[in-house]
Amino acid sequence: MTPNEPLVRWDWLASHAGEIGFRVGEHLELTAIAVAVGLVVAFALSFAVLRIPRLYPPVTTVTGILYTIPSLALFAFLVPYTGLSVLTAEIGLVSYTLLILIRNIVNGIRSVPSDVRDAAQGMGYTPRQILWRIELPLALAVIFAGIRIATITTIGLVTVTALIGEGGLGYFILLGMQELFSTPLLVGAVGSILFAIAADSALVLLQRALTPWARVR
Amino acid sequence: MGARPLTLFGDVARWFADPANWQGSHGIPTRILEHLELSGLAVAVAIVLAMPIALYLGHGRRGGFIAINVANIGRALPSLALLAFGLIVAIALGLGLGFWPTMFALVPLAIPPIVTNTFVAITEVDPDVVDAARGMGLAERQILARIEIPLGLPLILAGIRTAAVNVVATATLGALVAGGALGRFIVDGFALREYDQLVGGAILVALLAVATEVSFSALERRTAVPGMAAIR
Repeated sequence: MTPNEPLVRWDWLASHAGEIGFRVGEHLELTAIAVAVGLVVAFALSFAVLRIPRLYPPVTTVTGILYTIPSLALFAFLVPYTGLSVLTAEIGLVSYTLLILIRNIVNGIRSVPSDVRDAAQGMGYTPRQILWRIELPLALAVIFAGIRIATITTIGLVTVTALIGEGGLGYFILLGMQELFSTPLLVGAVGSILFAIAADSALVLLQRALTPWARVR
Repeated sequence: MGARPLTLFGDVARWFADPANWQGSHGIPTRILEHLELSGLAVAVAIVLAMPIALYLGHGRRGGFIAINVANIGRALPSLALLAFGLIVAIALGLGLGFWPTMFALVPLAIPPIVTNTFVAITEVDPDVVDAARGMGLAERQILARIEIPLGLPLILAGIRTAAVNVVATATLGALVAGGALGRFIVDGFALREYDQLVGGAILVALLAVATEVSFSALERRTAVPGMAAIR
């Protein structure tokens, strides 16, 4: 970054359009896999916790410690075992979603009024039907709040996986740092922020589509 | 690549046992000190910048949308993106690599949780208590200093804890822009494919982050005013 060089070299942007598109796709893929797998694991653990409440403290402690470990350190722990791979990236990314998702799923379902649950039981709903038709729909707003936070956090953390050869838009940040070149730095940084905002907006729309009753006020 | 897990464990233990790794400007104690210095300074600057505004807004019970939006924007800013901006700013100002780019990334990272928690802590103080204090003739400044801040302290500290844990974690990335601190071991470990150094550094960073979290949690519990239901 010499003084006479512009902040953004538009010709670089134009000549790297294809690569930028590719990295956006990679970013989307890494994020989507992490949040999807995170949801499956979080739901499984949440259902276990709801059935056996004693499990809640150890589950939040372990996922809390995972959440506290700096991302770069977590990837560093994994690389000797799983190498510079998508698997390494995803193990790290998934483990960061768990605390947020489990907290919101468990609290969301627990906050369903017991009157509603009793009424469903009185109407002859089986426990499975109560879960799927009563508890989950009513907990959806809280669960979605968790999914939104988990997604935004994951999009940020994907950039760090550039260090283990993945990274999506984080690739450009790392490139800019190595070459002290502001154009890729800005492509990666601004791009990942815009991507987070776009993903969050998409989730808000999805939530509105899934909860039509919440719109009728 | 491909160090076998069983030998790796011994390698890491040997790395920690090697006296050479505990000496000089590249040694473990120096790197820990650099990490604490960088993180402490960043959190301190963030407190000085953010706390007065949050206290002012909270005391007046206004500007709630600012506090909430700051938190949301903060969440959408990836730490590596902040470091990229920090690098551009530092070079534009002629401050070079290492310390300053990292500092410019860490301070904005620390501000949102401090603003949001401080604001919420002050606004959630029971209005009856504030009215009673006002009725007893306390000046606005005294109400803030003697009533609102003490009662809100655990929540304020919770915000500083979140900020500090994030900062300690992100200070690791400073090594990418030629900074020191514990990230040096990880980034060099990756670059040189030295897994003992890589994993050793990761253990140190993880321990430091968990220690930060635990010590702030202990502090929060100690500052809860007796008789007040524990906020947590």
